[in-house]
Amino acid sequence: MAGSAPLDPSSPAASEDDRRLVEALRAGDEGAFTELLERYHTALVRLAMIYVADRAVAEEVAQETWLGVLQGIDRFEGRASLKTWIFHILLNCARTRRHREARSIPFSAFWNPASEPDEPAVEPERFLPGDHPTWPHHWNAFPEPWSGLEDRLVARETYTYIRQVIEALPLHQREVITLRDIEGWTPSEVCAALGVSEANQRVLLHRARSRVRRALEQYLREQ
Amino acid sequence: MMDDEQELTCQELVELVTEYLEGTLSPEDRVRFEAHLVTCPGCRTYLEQMRQTIELLGRITEEMIPERAKAELLHAFRTWKRG
Ligand SMILES: [Zn+2]
Repeated sequence: MAGSAPLDPSSPAASEDDRRLVEALRAGDEGAFTELLERYHTALVRLAMIYVADRAVAEEVAQETWLGVLQGIDRFEGRASLKTWIFHILLNCARTRRHREARSIPFSAFWNPASEPDEPAVEPERFLPGDHPTWPHHWNAFPEPWSGLEDRLVARETYTYIRQVIEALPLHQREVITLRDIEGWTPSEVCAALGVSEANQRVLLHRARSRVRRALEQYLREQ
Repeated sequence: MMDDEQELTCQELVELVTEYLEGTLSPEDRVRFEAHLVTCPGCRTYLEQMRQTIELLGRITEEMIPERAKAELLHAFRTWKRG
């Protein structure tokens, strides 16, 4: 349930707007609840989908989260932003659900990117060898600019493809890139929600973005 | 001639792109990064592609909450209010 793990005290605190919504919610104001639903529900479902593959189950997890929000609202102290707090509840619900259905590895203080196999941003064969007389480790052929990308991108298939690429990422990379680049969270919000250090958050973001770029490059070349 | 120790290779640059975009490179590394970009069209294209990738991720469409889910949750809200 809500707040089983402590929130990172460095995460941004509640804003004036947060306090207004919390007060209204405590007073039973349905408009405030509707506002929150419209603001966060679809993001909650998308985030839940990181942990549970099935969309219907992700909807259930989001609904469970809202019940957790209502049950816990009297205990909300405003040390974290309302958004961080709500997503923290979601992560607990989603991870519990995932544990029930499969094994998952939550972040621990000891998670270390160095313990994972090295993952270059670009395939090493794209560069000249280290003993090249004039251009060691430089591009052997420059990447092609993605011209006309705008037109291609309006196509729904491109978005569908990117979603598939993200779904295929390792769990921690998927968590970070979803929150940072799709949901637009700040680094400190992501670190607070996932319990990961800023440096490790960057490593995961770097690997995830690099993989998505590689996949897009391949996709655009094949079109 | 520039000092070889100071010059970034393309293969090194692609590993620093995220730190560059996040603004977490040291001032010295930032200078080396930007100096390399000036002379290297390949890395300029690479950086642009990373920016395009991020922009694209940010445009994965916003959906609306389904009416049925909203109705169910508002029902739950009214129940909670009474309880
Ligand atoms: Zn270069």
